Amino acid sequence: MLKTITKTLVGAVFAGGLLVPHAFAETTLNALFMAQAAYSEADVRAMTDAFTKANPDVKVNLEFVPYEGLHDKTVLAQGSGGGYDVVLFDVIWPAEYATNKVLVDVSSKITDDMKKGVLPGAWTTVQYDGKYYGMPWILDTKYLFYNKDILEKAGIKTPPKTWEELGAQAKIIQDKGLLKTPIAWSWSQAEAAICDYTTLVSAYGGDFLKDGKPDFQNGGGLSALKYMVDSYKSGLTNPNSKEFLEEDVRKVFENGDAAFALNWTYMYNMANDPKDSKVAGKVGVVPAPGVTGISEVSAVNGSMGLGVTAVSKHPDEAWKYIEYMTSQATQNQYAKLSLPIWASSYDDPAVTKGQEELIAAAKQGLAAMYPRPTTPKYQELSTALQQAIQESLLGQSSPEDALTTAAKNSGL
Amino acid sequence: MSSTWMTTRAWLLMLPLLVVMVAVIGWPLVDTVGLSFTDAKLVGTGGNYVGFDNYTNMLSSSNFSRTLVTTTLFAVISVAAEMVIGVLAALLLNQQFHGRAILRALMILPWALPTVVNATLWRLIYNPEYGALNAALTQLNLIDAYRSWLGEPGTALVALIVADCWKNFPLVALIALAALQAVPRDITAASLVDGAGPFNRFRFVILPYLAGPLMVALVLRTIEAFKVFDIIWVMTRGGPANSTRTLSILVYQEAFSFQRAGSGASLALIVTLLVTVLAVAYAALVRKTAGSAA
Amino acid sequence: MERRSPAFTIFIHGCALLLAAIILAPIAWLFIMSISPAADLAAKPLRWWPQAADFSRYQTLLSTAENSAGAAFTSSLRNSLEIAGMATLAALALAIPAGWAVSRTPAIGWSLSMVIATYMLPPVALAVPLYMGLSHLGLLNNVFGLALVYLTILAPFTTWLMKSGFDSIPREIEAAAMIDGAGLFQTLRIITLPLAAPVMATSALFAVLLAWDEFFYALLFTSDQRAKTLTVAIADLAGGRVSDYGLIATAGVLAALPPVLIGLVMQRALISGLTSGGVKG
Repeated sequence: MLKTITKTLVGAVFAGGLLVPHAFAETTLNALFMAQAAYSEADVRAMTDAFTKANPDVKVNLEFVPYEGLHDKTVLAQGSGGGYDVVLFDVIWPAEYATNKVLVDVSSKITDDMKKGVLPGAWTTVQYDGKYYGMPWILDTKYLFYNKDILEKAGIKTPPKTWEELGAQAKIIQDKGLLKTPIAWSWSQAEAAICDYTTLVSAYGGDFLKDGKPDFQNGGGLSALKYMVDSYKSGLTNPNSKEFLEEDVRKVFENGDAAFALNWTYMYNMANDPKDSKVAGKVGVVPAPGVTGISEVSAVNGSMGLGVTAVSKHPDEAWKYIEYMTSQATQNQYAKLSLPIWASSYDDPAVTKGQEELIAAAKQGLAAMYPRPTTPKYQELSTALQQAIQESLLGQSSPEDALTTAAKNSGL
Repeated sequence: MSSTWMTTRAWLLMLPLLVVMVAVIGWPLVDTVGLSFTDAKLVGTGGNYVGFDNYTNMLSSSNFSRTLVTTTLFAVISVAAEMVIGVLAALLLNQQFHGRAILRALMILPWALPTVVNATLWRLIYNPEYGALNAALTQLNLIDAYRSWLGEPGTALVALIVADCWKNFPLVALIALAALQAVPRDITAASLVDGAGPFNRFRFVILPYLAGPLMVALVLRTIEAFKVFDIIWVMTRGGPANSTRTLSILVYQEAFSFQRAGSGASLALIVTLLVTVLAVAYAALVRKTAGSAA
Repeated sequence: MERRSPAFTIFIHGCALLLAAIILAPIAWLFIMSISPAADLAAKPLRWWPQAADFSRYQTLLSTAENSAGAAFTSSLRNSLEIAGMATLAALALAIPAGWAVSRTPAIGWSLSMVIATYMLPPVALAVPLYMGLSHLGLLNNVFGLALVYLTILAPFTTWLMKSGFDSIPREIEAAAMIDGAGLFQTLRIITLPLAAPVMATSALFAVLLAWDEFFYALLFTSDQRAKTLTVAIADLAGGRVSDYGLIATAGVLAALPPVLIGLVMQRALISGLTSGGVKG
């Protein structure tokens, strides 16, 4: 009995394995993306459709996972012979992916036109040790969004320029009874919290690492966490922020339940869409504020790139797909939820029309993008920091102690 | 027919099952033991022998002890609650009332709901801004402001336990109910005549009938609760501040997120050992209960 | 029947209503969310009943248009069906001979106990070598690979249930057939298996429920539409990046439907299966 089953199973597997390449005279690529934030799933599908129309011999299967699953899925798929061909990766992963040979080095395929045309800040997303591991695709940072209506009612003329001012304005809104908790963040125990923290670290001029050793427990790194804790304890920050991801922040902001919110580019046009949002037309956006005497604005490098995996059997087609997805034409066409990586796009009226405010904020924000540390052990570092942030917010330990412990557990 | 041939034939019939089990469970288990003494990565080549380093590092880390406490709390509280609520529900279902048959049929629903769907459902219910629990409690004036149920260490574990309990107490109830229906009527009647109060009647007359089946349910549920992964993964991923991180989540993190297969394997084996000790202790208890109940 | 005071009767009915509410409320809410417009679900105070039922999400998820969210969902539905089906058939194929052998030859019963004891093992203890092994065989992200792993979860259960079933079929019937000149396999085919058919059905349904519910291995061993199961698809949806809670609820309803229907229809058989295991445990 077993024998027949094994035979059937093995037979079927082999049949499947032999049939796939021969049954179609075309190449099938498998690509891994994340669901939501930046380009929407519908946008990615539409771009891909356009690519396959232009390249009928290539078929692309798309897979969407939450950001939280993106890293693990990529790593785990390495073991499967026919894993993903193209993966989306966050700016923090090239070090690990290069060290563990997850992605292939594509330095030779980056043309001079690309090098000249793409914004220099975007290139940092895909580089490690002087080599290129893909093309930047999403050029993103966190902005400070505000609800113009609420600020007007509170008598506030201009949005905050410093983090201190943000607290003061939130206090006015709270005192006038406009909102109980005016500020929304994404401080869930996830990478999202690290992005908010990094924004503040850049504002306070802190360092994650010094000579390869953790340094976030001192100076600006500590001030950043203290700011978060103070804002949380003062009641100006929505206490539910500690279980929010970016989509929760967006939902709260779009529902008119937040006056200020820190979030990625994509929220601008989504919150301005009257179909889903109650605050359409009242959305203001500025670069995340700075700290008096230290910084004018602050920003985290939250960009992402597309790379070809080492296990891909069709690296050439995969690269062709990436070239298409990152091309200026494609990026300009879908510039509503994610801004192009190409410098000249920002002068193209087709791109800027209707989002002049966002573009203005982007010019300052993108220039100030601050990197999260580049290390093959990033996942461990991030996990330790997430715990430190949550413990401090919850009052389980002081920011000093929490960060010192995180430095010890960071694996560095 | 000779009895040796009977036995040989039985082994032959058993063989396919044993082969599959050894190949898919036995071999990986042995392999895990080997891995646990190396610093192997998840992908790539074998790794170097490091002796008991992985074990000593794991056992001495604060992560491990904290996670062990969380797991134990989750298992003990959720299983105890399921047992108590399950038996109470069974006693109720054993009474006569209108709609009893329908209610009994409904009991199967939470149990049949896939674990991941259950976790998703409760995550939506607990949502801090738009969840049904906050809405219901506020509209009933039981709380004055929305709470972050899964965002506070104090409530997150309780919220998980409630979700787990809701799915699993009906199973206990159905098992207990089947056992209750096996209690002979004349025995309960006789105890009434003897003037036993309701509590004593339950304790001395009914409980012995329930003990056997309930012990088995207890063992199975405890082992499952100790291994818990799905519901936590979907609802909190171990947060806030790692207050709901259980052993299985920790192993996942170590072996797959951080790709340290070797040290992940050592942790997994420590968990296996704990579960085995638990199961053996329980098995002894089951035998004892079965002996005294018979 | 003992007599009850009216107060006690009211108390019992009150408790029954409470129990019914506890059981039903979350399930009803799952369904209501699935048909409520997104705006209702984000309303404060929450709107408990949709002004207009909206079934469009079911259409979205069940659409099979190529390269759509619906196609991704339906492919996971198909994978779940395929994997549960294959694993169940294979588990029965192993369980029937093994269950019969143990039932008729109790001397080898200890081997079944060993097999059942594997249930204790936490999946995390096997996951790393299984991952590497499946990778080596090219069975990662493959429905056959996952079905093979599931087989080892289902087989101990089904074997145990089959053994209990065979126990209740008297050997004398088989002996009589053999005296009439029937061979062993003929006897089993003509006499024993038809008598064991109800147990086989119960075992099969149990196995399907177990396979349908599995999440951990599916999370690790599948990566895309070629093998990803429903539980993983739902966890991805619920991962915090889908803002339409109604869509998550709809996926939940669709995933829950098959096991819930099985549960309702087969409830007597399922409970007797559970308790027979329990009492004899």
